[in-house]
Amino acid sequence: MNVREKAQIMTAPEIERTLVRLAHEIVERNNGTKNLALIGIRRRGVPLAERLARSIREFEKVQVPVGYLDINLYRDDLSTVATQPVIQSTEIHFPLNDTNVVLIDDVLYTGRTVRAAMDALLDYGRPRSIQLCALIDRGHRELPIQANYVGKYVQTTENEIIEVKLPEIDQQECVLLVEKVQ
Amino acid sequence: MPLRMKDLLGIEDLSLDQIQLILETAESFREISTRPIKKVPTLRGKTVINLFFEASTRTRTSFEIAAKRLSADAVNISPSTSSVLKGETLFDTAKNLEAMAPDVIVIRHSSAGAPHQLARVCSASIVNAGDGAHEHPTQALLDAFTILEHKKKLRGLRVAIIGDIAHSRVARSNCWLLGKMGAQVTVCGPPTLLPLEFEKTIRLCQPASMSPSEGRACGSLRVTHEMDEALQGADVVMMLRIQLERQREAFFPSIREYFRYYGLSARRLKGAKPDAIIMHPGPINRGVEIDSEVADGPYSVILDQVTSGVAVRMAILFLLAGTKESEFEQRT
Repeated sequence: MNVREKAQIMTAPEIERTLVRLAHEIVERNNGTKNLALIGIRRRGVPLAERLARSIREFEKVQVPVGYLDINLYRDDLSTVATQPVIQSTEIHFPLNDTNVVLIDDVLYTGRTVRAAMDALLDYGRPRSIQLCALIDRGHRELPIQANYVGKYVQTTENEIIEVKLPEIDQQECVLLVEKVQ
Repeated sequence: MPLRMKDLLGIEDLSLDQIQLILETAESFREISTRPIKKVPTLRGKTVINLFFEASTRTRTSFEIAAKRLSADAVNISPSTSSVLKGETLFDTAKNLEAMAPDVIVIRHSSAGAPHQLARVCSASIVNAGDGAHEHPTQALLDAFTILEHKKKLRGLRVAIIGDIAHSRVARSNCWLLGKMGAQVTVCGPPTLLPLEFEKTIRLCQPASMSPSEGRACGSLRVTHEMDEALQGADVVMMLRIQLERQREAFFPSIREYFRYYGLSARRLKGAKPDAIIMHPGPINRGVEIDSEVADGPYSVILDQVTSGVAVRMAILFLLAGTKESEFEQRT
């Protein structure tokens, strides 16, 4: 598939400022960091969760637990996707019971990833609440799912793709709007 | 990245990439068996039939648990309770099972090539769980997985496989797998149970069928009848079961004599590296091929192999049954 870059939506400093704001919103809404846990959805939710935790540590002086979730085993389209996803490990090394879990992902789109992530989480325990934080919300939901914390809303068409680039994975940092071209 | 095959029939035909994909996927599945709820919904609605014409505890249970932890439905068939007793042929049994639309059939049979025959007539994925003295691919994969867990690599490792090599599908599958992964394998057994030209039957590296990178990765295979020579400097000691029922066929004079020359005792083991791990595909004959002191000792990973088996078989079931079906149809 060929893609054409249409616009840069966020620069590295903008991503950083947005993450700091999201970190504050998460702590504010949960009245502090007690029982708070961040869980990043692989792959790009993982570095985002780590950065949010680092940010919270800077202003609250508390290390909130961070976990990583691979949702591929819970996908509803495994029997229809053409290329089989590579399964990575899930690492949640703390009990989830009675925690307020914030799921972290880079882009919120159809909502199916979040549905899978919630099913996966519930196999690990019974959190008091599950909240959702996305760096970009691009609309086009196919399930009744809404994020609690959004970095930026972006109007998109179905033909467009949001590419979040993070230094840990892509060796660069920005958010791009690209378009599929035939 | 898909496995790009319908069936898992043997190690001989697998590429290095396919082997690595199975081992990496198994690594991710390992954690599922440590959860409080040991189940994921991945293969919901898929049916796995375990068709075992030979006795098995570990392999059959392991496949059944692997299927269930992926939410597939597992059905077990053993010949003593099936129409095989009434004289139904393998072909007819397979066609009848096929009519009930299973997604995977796991088969163990005393005849080499039985799974391959099934694969030709069935649209379900066939997994070879041991065919005669030919191959036992999932055992070799879980052995490699266990070695990697303890030694972190296979390249350059010295692996001694000792026992009844001639009749062992585990030995053959392991020679292929360890060889492809770059290990230095030595097989060892009495001359009656290890033909001198054994290495020629394995044909470890066939440059024609391998890419240049795979050719470079290839390890070596050596044959010896001296156990101390095989153990010398070994990182991994893999003991094979002596099939006691073969004693009548006079492959060796007595069990006592066998143990003296080819049994693994603590004293014998001193020739291997101090941190060598001890493996055995099970079931073990204590005091025949391995001393209890060694089998239960600190370097024994025999039970780790059983644990690994579930993760490896989950990976195989997922990679075979978790893909889009039309992909198979194009290839078959």
